[in-house]
Amino acid sequence: MPYAIECHDLRKMYAGSPPVEAVRGVDLLVEEGECFGVLGPNGAGKTTTIEILEGLLAATSGEARVLGHSWNGAGDKIREQIGISLQETRLSEKLSVLETLTLFRSFYREGISPKEAIKQVSLEEKADSWIKNLSGGQKQRVAVATALVGDPKLLFLDEPTTGLDPQSRRELWGIITDFRSKGGTILITTHYMDEAERLCDRVAIFDHGRILALDSPQNLIDGLGADHMIDFEVDEIGDVSLPDDFGSDLPGVSAARRDADNHCLFVAQPHVVIPALLSCLQEEELELTSLTTRQATLEDVFVHLTGRHLDDVEDES
Amino acid sequence: MNRSLFMHPLVQLMWARVLEFIRQPEAVFWVYVFPLIMVVALGLAFRSEPVESMAVDIQESSTAQSIRETLETDLRFRLRISTEKEARRRLRVGKAELIVVADESSDASYKYLFDPTRPGSLLARNATDDVLQRAAGRVDVITTSDSEVRDPGSRYIDFLIPGLIGMGLMGGGMWGVGFAIVDMRIRQLLKRFLGTPMKKRHFLTAMMCSRLIFTIPEIVVLLVFSRLLFGVQNQGSYALVGLLVVLGGFEFAGIGLLVASRAKTLEAVSGLMNLVMVPMWIASGIFFSPDRFPDLAQPFINLLPLTPLIGALRQVMLEGVGLTAIGSELVIILGWGVITFALALRTFRWD
Ligand SMILES: Nc1ncnc2c1ncn2[C@@H]1O[C@H](COP(=O)(O)OP(=O)(O)OP(=O)(O)O)[C@@H](O)[C@H]1O
Ligand SMILES: [Mg+2]
Repeated sequence: MPYAIECHDLRKMYAGSPPVEAVRGVDLLVEEGECFGVLGPNGAGKTTTIEILEGLLAATSGEARVLGHSWNGAGDKIREQIGISLQETRLSEKLSVLETLTLFRSFYREGISPKEAIKQVSLEEKADSWIKNLSGGQKQRVAVATALVGDPKLLFLDEPTTGLDPQSRRELWGIITDFRSKGGTILITTHYMDEAERLCDRVAIFDHGRILALDSPQNLIDGLGADHMIDFEVDEIGDVSLPDDFGSDLPGVSAARRDADNHCLFVAQPHVVIPALLSCLQEEELELTSLTTRQATLEDVFVHLTGRHLDDVEDES
Repeated sequence: MNRSLFMHPLVQLMWARVLEFIRQPEAVFWVYVFPLIMVVALGLAFRSEPVESMAVDIQESSTAQSIRETLETDLRFRLRISTEKEARRRLRVGKAELIVVADESSDASYKYLFDPTRPGSLLARNATDDVLQRAAGRVDVITTSDSEVRDPGSRYIDFLIPGLIGMGLMGGGMWGVGFAIVDMRIRQLLKRFLGTPMKKRHFLTAMMCSRLIFTIPEIVVLLVFSRLLFGVQNQGSYALVGLLVVLGGFEFAGIGLLVASRAKTLEAVSGLMNLVMVPMWIASGIFFSPDRFPDLAQPFINLLPLTPLIGALRQVMLEGVGLTAIGSELVIILGWGVITFALALRTFRWD
C-alpha cells in the first residue's frame, strides 16, 4: 500500500535568539484513505509539521514525501492533488463565497465546480454573501471548501474547528467524514481529544516537537491498562491532606493522579474498585464530596504521558 | 465571456482585485477624488492672472499728498502715506512693493526703494515711474500698442498637469500594489496561495495589470477635469499620452511589487515606499523643472523612474512632440518596469 505521507526524522529550527526547535525528529507514515490526527497542546509543533508537509515551510533537515513525490522537484504535482486549510487565513472580505471559490478553482487543472464545493460544505444559501458577512463557522467552512475545490486526494486541515460552537464543529466533522468515505486521505490537527477520537483512524500525540505516542485512539486508551476513570473529591478540612497518589495501592487501580482537589484513578473495573475506595475513605474518616466514573479518553492518555492537561498553559512567565 | 479564458488564473486573480477595489468606496475616493482635489487646489493657487494691484507706500513729506494725487490716476495702485520706519517695515514683510521718497530739496525728484528680486516690486517701480514721468511732462517718442498673449500651454497649470499625472501613476502604482500585497501577506492569504498550484508569475502579473485597470480611468478623469476647469489642452497625440500612462503605470507597479516583495508589515512597506518616493517628489519635476538642480545632480535625476515619465509627458502635452523625440525616456521607463518586475519575481516571498 502506498503512503499518502511519509516523513523521516523531520526537524525544524526557527532562527532567532534563542532559536526555537519547533520540530525535533518526527517520523510519520500516513496511509491512503486514512484520517490521521495530530494532537497536542499549544506550541507542540503541530502547525510547523503540517506546514512542512504542505510544502509551505522548508524543513531544517529530514525529507517529506507526499503522495509519492518529494517536495524538492515535484512541488506542482503535489499541489495539484492536495487541499489545505491553514490555522489562520483571512480570505478577502469583499468577495462572495462563490467568487472566492471560483478564484481558487482557477488555480487547479482539474477539480469540482465551485458550486459543487459550496454544496459539499452546505453553504448554498450563502453563495452570494461576502465573506465579511459570514459567521466564524461559515468562514471556516469556506476555507475547507477552498481546499476541496481542486478535488484533492489529500486534505490538510490545521485546527479547522478551533473556536467554533458545538453545532459548527459537528457540521465540519460531517464534511470530513464525507470526504473520507469517498476515499480521501486527511491529516488534521486539533486540540480536541473528543474530535480526534471520533474522526481519526490513528492519532499522533505531539509534545515539544516530538511524537509521544502514535496509534489508533482505542489502542492508545487501552494502553493505559484501564479504560475507566474514577474522579472523586473529599472534604479535606484542617490539616487533613491526601497524598497525590492516594488510592494507587488499591487493588485494580493502575495509576492515580491529582489535579487541584480532584483525584483520579485509572481502573479497569470500576465495580470492584469503588467499594474498596469507599471503605478505605471510611477508615480514614474522610467525607466524600463527589464521585463520578467515566470512560477513559485521549485526554487521559495525554495526561498520563506528560503529567499535564492539553489546555495547560506551559510557560506562565 | 469565453469560459476557459475567464477561468484562467491570471484573469481570475485580476477579476478578484477589481471586485475588491470597486467594493471599497474609500479606496475609490482616494484614487479618483484625491487627485482631482489636488488639481483644483493647485490650479487655483497658481492660476496666472494679470497683476491686479500694486501696493505703493509714499514716505511722509510735504509733497507726499500731491504724489498720491498724481498716482491715483492709475487704478492699479493701492496707495498709502507712511512714516519712513513704517514704510520700510511694510516693504520688508511684502505688504508694500515699493516706497516712493520725494527729494525735499528739489520738487521734481524722487527716489524708489524696492526689492529688484521681487517681480511685483520691479513692476511697481516701472509703473510708478511711468506715471510720475508723464505727469511731469515726459512725452513718449514712439507709439506702441499692447496685445495680450495668453497661450494655453504656457501657463503654470499646463506645466503642472503632466507632473500630477506622473505623481498619480507613482503613488497609485506603489501604494496600490505594495499595500495590497503586504496586506495579503499579513492575512496569510499569500501562504494559502502558495499551497495551490497557482504560479507566482500569474499572481504578480495580475497585481500589476489590475493596478493599470484602476489607473487609466484615474488619468482620464484628471485630464477631463483639468480641461474643463482650466482649459488645459494636450498639444500632442492622445495615443502617445496613453502609451506613457500605461508604461508609467507598469513601471511603478513593478517598483511597488519589488518594494513589497518581502515586507512583512504595513509600517515596513510604508517606510520603504517613502524612502523610494521622496527623492522623486523632490527632484523629478512634479511642481518645478528639475533643471533647477545643480548640473552635477542631473544624470542621477534623469535616471530616477519618475523624471523621464514626467519629462516625456510634458514634451508630448506641451510641445506636441512625436514618439521618436521621447525615445530615450521610453527606454528608461520600460527598463525600470522590466528590471523591477524580474527582480520581484526572484525576491518575492509568500510568507
Ligand atoms: N515563525 C516562527 N518563528 C519562530 N518561532 C516560531 C515560529 N512559528 C512557530 N514558532 C514556535 O515554534 C513552536 C511550535 O509552534 P507551532 O505553531 O508549530 O505549534 P502548534 O502545535 O501549531 O501550536 P498551536 O496549537 O498553538 O497552534 C512554538 O514554540 C512557536 O513559538
Ligand atoms: Mg498550530
